[in-house]
Amino acid sequence: MAEDAEVRARSFWSGTITFGLVSIPVELLPATQREGVSLRMVSPEGTPLQRRYFCSKDEKELDWDDIVRGYEVEKGKFVVVTDEELEKLAPEKTRDIDLRRFVPASEIDPIYFERAYFLIPGGNSTKAYRLLAKTMEQMDRAGMATFVMRGKEYLIAIFAKDGILRAETMRFAAEIRAPSDIGLPDVVKPRAPTVTKMTKAITSLTERAMSEKELVDTHTKRLLALVARKEKSGEGLVVGAAGDDGPSSGGIIDLMEVLKRSLQNRAEAEPSLPANKMGARKKIAPKKSTAKKTTAKKTTAKKAETRSTSPILTPSAL
Amino acid sequence: MAARAMWKGRIRFGGIDVPVKLYSALEGTTIGFRLLHNTDKRPVEQRMVDPETGDVVEYADIKRAFETEDGNLVILEDEELEELIPEDSRDIEITRFVGEDAITHEWYDRPYYLGPDGNGAEYFALVTALRKKKKTGLAQWVMRKKEYVGALRVEGDYLMLMTLLHAGEVVPADKLPAPSGRDLDKREIAMAKQLVSALEDELDMSVYRDEYQDRVMELIEAKQKGKVLSFPKAPHRQKETSLADMLEKSLTSTQKKKAANG
Repeated sequence: MAEDAEVRARSFWSGTITFGLVSIPVELLPATQREGVSLRMVSPEGTPLQRRYFCSKDEKELDWDDIVRGYEVEKGKFVVVTDEELEKLAPEKTRDIDLRRFVPASEIDPIYFERAYFLIPGGNSTKAYRLLAKTMEQMDRAGMATFVMRGKEYLIAIFAKDGILRAETMRFAAEIRAPSDIGLPDVVKPRAPTVTKMTKAITSLTERAMSEKELVDTHTKRLLALVARKEKSGEGLVVGAAGDDGPSSGGIIDLMEVLKRSLQNRAEAEPSLPANKMGARKKIAPKKSTAKKTTAKKTTAKKAETRSTSPILTPSAL
Repeated sequence: MAARAMWKGRIRFGGIDVPVKLYSALEGTTIGFRLLHNTDKRPVEQRMVDPETGDVVEYADIKRAFETEDGNLVILEDEELEELIPEDSRDIEITRFVGEDAITHEWYDRPYYLGPDGNGAEYFALVTALRKKKKTGLAQWVMRKKEYVGALRVEGDYLMLMTLLHAGEVVPADKLPAPSGRDLDKREIAMAKQLVSALEDELDMSVYRDEYQDRVMELIEAKQKGKVLSFPKAPHRQKETSLADMLEKSLTSTQKKKAANG
């Protein structure tokens, strides 16, 4: 299970950063992972329910093949769009992150940031990767690029820090409202004593760092405590009812372990001969297996408290 | 046209009380499709069915269950879930202030604008004070029966509340080892810097568009008028080898382009 999850995490997306004519093979790994709980919908007897589709006119149950996608152009009137048509419009499959624009890193407004990723070296040589990371870091520049992942085009900003490239998928400008779109009122010049009162209060509450403790998901914690209590007493427990298509079949990966291992593999592979990947992997095999053990353990321990936070009770979208 | 506020509350810290209205900073731009029955083009309804009996289970009768490690289900009663819902409150409590960079952007989830509720005297004083002290507030609040943690920051002339991910959901980057290898060649670093400078530009977010969404909308409009559309695919570029060579070639071609564009 842990191994499957690892393979999935490793193959999240791999491709090439093109920087001028230089190609840098990279793998994209998420830097974040939702850990909330998503509940399943069950019958009063505890049978997991299935979502099925019915025609709103004749109440007939429909197969997926009987269903098409429609865009409502006016009330009750739809333009049907087929999967084939949408496929034709999808961006061309490419493995390139085309880095064609650099901007001062501090100029990017974080309001655009959607999700954080790591870009780690994908090939056996890390030279071009290290060169780009070092250059960007020294110049304090971020790179802007577009790339295609799972049939969708993304805009990303690439940052370099401590020798590692990170990426942030970005929202498009059309997705962000301006204060004027909302109609926020014009700025009123505040009274100096009020400002002073506030700066004083800010200063007295200021600390050097944030504490992750304040970010604890207390709702999930309470929910898991309730589950543990009921599981122990056997109240509401339906043994073996989950089936195998539930949300937990996804498994949870220890991202940190996967990332560390990926980066270590590269570092150790580098000085050796330009041998194939197998050779490089074999060399560190013993280390890998111990690391895997810890991952597996952590995975089991963590799994119970991990799943999507969404209050809407849908099957996990991950 | 002014947007409607999603929620009203007040920012509280150290005896200070700032009434605010909350607005989403995001505009839904994804083209939404409805599922239709292919023969009569009527919208499809989704229902939850018990696969053992084949019966539709009405929404009111549906129960929620937690799936355990070993494939068991623990049914949670509505009243039990109800008890877990946090107590209603209008307070956006600021637990501490930190430097503007202390909460790194990996934690950011969804942005919301806060606008003044009332005359704005306190609101704009807080904007000014936060800007002056270069601080971000760590905020906790309950909105629509859900608990949130967020960063209170200044965006332009207004306040923004950025919801944050929860503890454990972000991989700490500082614990990762950087890839290592032989020292980089000075000449290559110099060339890479030149190339970055040559590709340097002002940041203009408006040049980026979700072209896929544009194409889908174009298709819908054309179909509505009964037209057929065709989209040619862009050709692809090829790659070459040797780092130094490639840097040099990139530089010459970039410089040429710049010269050509004046």
